[in-house]
Amino acid sequence: MKIMTCPVNGPRNISEFQWLGPVHAEDEARDETLVERLFLAPNPMGVLREWWRHTPSNTVFIAERNLISDEILRTWLKGSDADKPTSAA
Amino acid sequence: MPIELLKYGLRRGHRPYRDIPSTPELRRSYDVVIIGGGGHGLAAAYYLSHYHGISNIAVLEKGYLAGGNTARNTTTVRSNYLTLPSIEFYREGVSLFETMSQELGFNVMFSQRGQLTLAHSDAAMRSFRLRAEMGKHAGIRAEVVDAQTVQELCPHVNMDFGGQHEVLGGLWHADGGTARHDAVAWGYAKRAAERGVEIHQRTEVTGFGIAGGRVTEIRTNRGTVLAGQVLQAAGGMNGRIAEMAGIRLPIRCFPLQAMVTQPLKPFLDILLSSSNLHTYLVQSSRGEIVIGGGTDPYQLASTRSSLPQKEALATGALQLMPFLHNVKLLRQWAGITDITPDFSPIMGASPLQNYWLDAGWGTWGFKATAVAGKRMAETIATGRVPDILMPFALERFARFELLNEMGATAAGH
Repeated sequence: MKIMTCPVNGPRNISEFQWLGPVHAEDEARDETLVERLFLAPNPMGVLREWWRHTPSNTVFIAERNLISDEILRTWLKGSDADKPTSAA
Repeated sequence: MPIELLKYGLRRGHRPYRDIPSTPELRRSYDVVIIGGGGHGLAAAYYLSHYHGISNIAVLEKGYLAGGNTARNTTTVRSNYLTLPSIEFYREGVSLFETMSQELGFNVMFSQRGQLTLAHSDAAMRSFRLRAEMGKHAGIRAEVVDAQTVQELCPHVNMDFGGQHEVLGGLWHADGGTARHDAVAWGYAKRAAERGVEIHQRTEVTGFGIAGGRVTEIRTNRGTVLAGQVLQAAGGMNGRIAEMAGIRLPIRCFPLQAMVTQPLKPFLDILLSSSNLHTYLVQSSRGEIVIGGGTDPYQLASTRSSLPQKEALATGALQLMPFLHNVKLLRQWAGITDITPDFSPIMGASPLQNYWLDAGWGTWGFKATAVAGKRMAETIATGRVPDILMPFALERFARFELLNEMGATAAGH
């Protein structure tokens, strides 16, 4: 069983989670970058920061995951202490 | 011919001939370098060498011949898509499969047995009506059938598993079929090699030299080569290879998983899929039931399988055919697919003058092996993208001219 740690509910089965896609910088939503924002999603051969949802509790949070090894590096709530620019991996 | 075959077989100490030559030394330069030794790249090499008089070609394959998504797909050949450009393109693809064994003198075991997609909801039936009408308009065989016809076409299917999942009807696509994936790649490789095309296995592209808007050299783990024209047809690695050439593609990697059961006596003589259950079943010529479905639910570039996805595939298969519950699984695997935002491929020109793209084939590339190879060969030989490929250009995203095939692709491949 693959486990993901929900920042509110702790370690849970991955089947309880829904993947919501990459975290975008807020300044990406501009006219000049619209096409890129809509269609050129990041596809790194490394770590991606992305939105996830714990569906039973409807907890939406951020995770960092390695897209080669599928290792979940860390999870946190937006706006929490962990959610600071200096903590970027 | 049978006498010749008999004599060959009975000859003392005969050696089986080699279909694919061993990998030669890399030469300094080629007219065309094809990145990716899968079905698409090999087909392009075949059409270039047999129809356009270009045989100074190197096919670069980082692993072994046709060992990526050509080996991992579930061999569905069909044309019942939703948009007109797609249907016309895939229609040509199906017609090339119909004559492929004769064309190549190589048995690709094409079995045009028809594909039945089941609907378990009104929404699915509505989308089938649209696809059937679009298909008729484009001249393919696609029709909506009722539940009784579903039962006649496939007596083994469980018509009623209660609640929202009972079978309401289906989309019958008589042109649909299946072929032997390895044979397709080997047939193209063998005939291309006969014309002098060099197939370089275990030759990985590591970078490009770019000057004046052109690729000037291709660096590999076995040396650097110069190329007049370059075709990228690298399957799951398309995003990464394009990045090396400084091109960003609207591609994300998702694993696609499949599995086969132990061999059973022949009973399933159509391709069966369900758009609601995201599962499809086909019986191979060896009797194995091939079980496939949609991609993994989240982005990943790994060929490792996962238990939840295998369970989902098995659940769908058992709902369609509960009598399979005691059948053992024989093999399972995963491949990395290159998914585009609209579930249509990217073919044609790139921002570099001599660099051509055959990418974004996601979960649906096998059926287009022949037509993509043929049309990309035409593109490279003439320097002009043929009309049939124009709608699939990379620039369609910037123009918001997407070819949305998500609904016609999701579990049908």
